[in-house]
Amino acid sequence: MISLTDIKKGLLVSLWFVFLTFPLMVIKINPIDKVILWRWSNMYWVAGGSFLCYLAMQIYKTRKLTRQEHIKQGLIKEKPKMQFKLLSDPKIYLPTLAVAGLFFLAFPLLFSTYQTNIMITALMYVVLGLGLNIVVGVAGLLDLGYVAFYAVGAYSYALLHLHFGLGFWEVLPIGGLLAASFGILLGFPVLRLRGDYLAIVTLGFGEIIRLILENWNEFSHGPSGISNIPRPGFFGIHLGLEQSITYLYYLMILMVIFTIFVVNRLQSSRIGRAWFALREDEIACQAMGIDKTKTKLTAFALGAFWAGMVGVIFAAKTTFVNPASFTFLESAIILCIVVLGGMGSIIGVIIAALILILLPEYLRAFSDYRMLVFGAVLVIMMVFRPQGIVANIRRTYTVQKND
Amino acid sequence: MLELKSINTYYGNIQALHDVSLNVKEGEIITLIGANGAGKSTTLMSISGIVPPRTGEIFFKRKPIQGLSPDKIVALGICQVPEGRHIFPDLTVAENLDMGAFLRKDKQQIEEDLEYIYALFPILKNRRSQPGGNLSGGEQQMLAISRALMARPQLLLLDEPSMGLAPLVTRRIFEIIKKINRENNTTIFLVEQNANLALKVADRGYVLETGRITMHDKASTLLADEDIQKAYLGI
Ligand SMILES: Nc1ncnc2c1ncn2[C@@H]1O[C@H](COP(=O)(O)OP(=O)(O)O)[C@@H](O)[C@H]1O
Ligand SMILES: [Mg+2]
Repeated sequence: MISLTDIKKGLLVSLWFVFLTFPLMVIKINPIDKVILWRWSNMYWVAGGSFLCYLAMQIYKTRKLTRQEHIKQGLIKEKPKMQFKLLSDPKIYLPTLAVAGLFFLAFPLLFSTYQTNIMITALMYVVLGLGLNIVVGVAGLLDLGYVAFYAVGAYSYALLHLHFGLGFWEVLPIGGLLAASFGILLGFPVLRLRGDYLAIVTLGFGEIIRLILENWNEFSHGPSGISNIPRPGFFGIHLGLEQSITYLYYLMILMVIFTIFVVNRLQSSRIGRAWFALREDEIACQAMGIDKTKTKLTAFALGAFWAGMVGVIFAAKTTFVNPASFTFLESAIILCIVVLGGMGSIIGVIIAALILILLPEYLRAFSDYRMLVFGAVLVIMMVFRPQGIVANIRRTYTVQKND
Repeated sequence: MLELKSINTYYGNIQALHDVSLNVKEGEIITLIGANGAGKSTTLMSISGIVPPRTGEIFFKRKPIQGLSPDKIVALGICQVPEGRHIFPDLTVAENLDMGAFLRKDKQQIEEDLEYIYALFPILKNRRSQPGGNLSGGEQQMLAISRALMARPQLLLLDEPSMGLAPLVTRRIFEIIKKINRENNTTIFLVEQNANLALKVADRGYVLETGRITMHDKASTLLADEDIQKAYLGI
C-alpha cells in the first residue's frame, strides 16, 4: 500500500515542515533572562506528526483512486451517495425538517437572550451566505468584496434614518436596492473581463467602500460611526430590549425562509440555469442567445441586494454602525461559508454558516486560534472534499449504462 | 437571406478570414468546406457575432447585422450549433433543450416544438431527465442540433456535425438535417471537413482555403470537380 517513494517523499515533507515551524515551535526566547530555550521535543512531534499525516493522506488518495478504477471497470458498483439518499428520501428529510423547524421556532423560549442574539447573527450569515452563493456558487463569479454591499445596506439605514427619519421597514427594500445598484455600477465594467479581474476589482471595491466610510467624516461620521439606530418597529408598539430581540429573531427566521424560497426558485428557473450554464460553457451560451454580461450582472446585483437587506437588519440589530464591522475578514468568512457549504447547495450553505458562526462563539477558549482553524479547515476541505459539505445535487447523478 | 461582403476577422493580430464574401438563399442547404484551420468555424463565429469581423458587412434579410451582440443575432433568427457540440453536460437533456428556447416566451409553442423534437429524436425523449454528459457522441450531436432548433431559427449554422461520429450515425444526422430543411423551410449553413457527405446533401458549396474563398458552385459541380476530388474527397 505504501511504496518506498511515498516514504521518501513523506520524510522530505516532514523535513520541510520542521524547517518551516522551527522558529515558531523550537526556539523560545525569554527576553527577561535573555536566554534561548531550545524545545527540541517539539521538533520531533512536528516531524512525526507531519510524516504520519502525509502517509495517511497518501493512503486515502490511493484508496480513492483504486475505488474509482474499480467502478470504471465495473468491478464494484458505486454506492449511492449517503447525502443524496438523505436529501431525496422524504421519510428521512421530512421529520428532520420538522424537528429543525420546531427547534428554531422555540429557540427564543428555550434559551437566553444572549443565545438568541448569537443565533440572530448566525441566521444573518445564513442569508449572507445564500446571497453570495448566487454570485459565487451558482454563477461562478468570485466576489471578494461582498461586505461592501452589506455596508451599503447598513449605512443606508443609518443615514436615511439620521437625515430623513425613515424607519426599518421603509429602508429594508431601499437598502437592498441601493446595494444592487452599487452592484450594477461596479459589475457593468468589470463583468466583461475575465474572472480573475473580477476577484481583484471586487476586493479593491470592498476596501474602497470601507475607507470612504472611515474617512469621509461629513458623510458617514468616520470611524466613530452612527449610533441610536432604532430597532424594527412592531406596529407602533414599544418593545422592551428582550422582546425586540425575540421579535428580531423571528423576523430573521422569516427572512431566512423567504431567502431560501427565492434562491430555490431562482436556481431552478431559466435564468438560474443560465448562470450555471454560463459557468460551464460561455460559447454554448452565446450560441443560445444568452447575453453574457446581462446574465452575470443579474446574478451580481441579486447577490448584492441580499447583502444590502441583511445590512439593514444588521444596523437595526446592533443599533450602531461603524466601518470596523465591514473589513475584508467579513467577506472572507462569508466566502468560507459558501465554499465549505458546497458551491451552489442551499442546505450546505445553511449548515456551514451555522457551524462557522456558532462554533467560534461557543469555543471562546480557542478564539486565538480561530483564523488558524479556519485556514486549516479550508485546506483540508480542498484536499478531501472539494465539493463542500453538501455537494450540489446537480453533480451527483449516478451514471448508468443502458446500452 | 444571408450575405457576407468581404469580411475580415482577426484573433488578436492574426487574420483568420480574408475578404470572405458569400451568400445564402432562403430555403437552401449551403455548405462551406475546407481543410482543418481554413477558417470555417471562424466564419460561423463571425456570423453569430461571437468573434465579430473587424471590417466588412453582413446582411441578414437585407438588414445589416455586423456589430450586433450574439444574443441580438440569435433573436433575429440565426442559431449556431458550435463545433464540438458544446452541450451542457451537467444539465439534463430537457434542461439543455430549454436553454435553446432561452429568448422565447411563447410557452405553448415551446411545448409544441419540444414535441416535434422528441418525434424527430425519440432517444432524447427517453433520456430527457438524464444529464447531457451521459449521452453518447451521436446523441450529444442530436441534442446540440435540437437545442438550436428550440430557438426556432430561420437560419441554422452547423459546425462539423459529423465530427468524431461513426459513419452510420453521421448518415442518420445528415438525413435529419435534410428533413429539418424540408419540413420547416429552415435554411441551413453546413460547415464540414467531410466534403463528400456535405456536398451530397447541399445545394451549393463554397471552398475555403487559409481564410479565403477559392471556389463556389453548385454542389454537384463541385463534387465532380477534379481539383476538389483530389484535395478534399481523397479520390
Ligand atoms: N481562439 C483562437 N485564437 C487564436 N487563433 C485562433 C482561434 N481560433 C482559431 N484560430 C486560428 O484561426 C484559423 C482558423 O481557425 P478555424 O476557423 O477554427 O478553422 P476551421 O474551423 O476551418 O478548422 C486557424 O489558423 C486557427 O489557428
Ligand atoms: Mg472548425
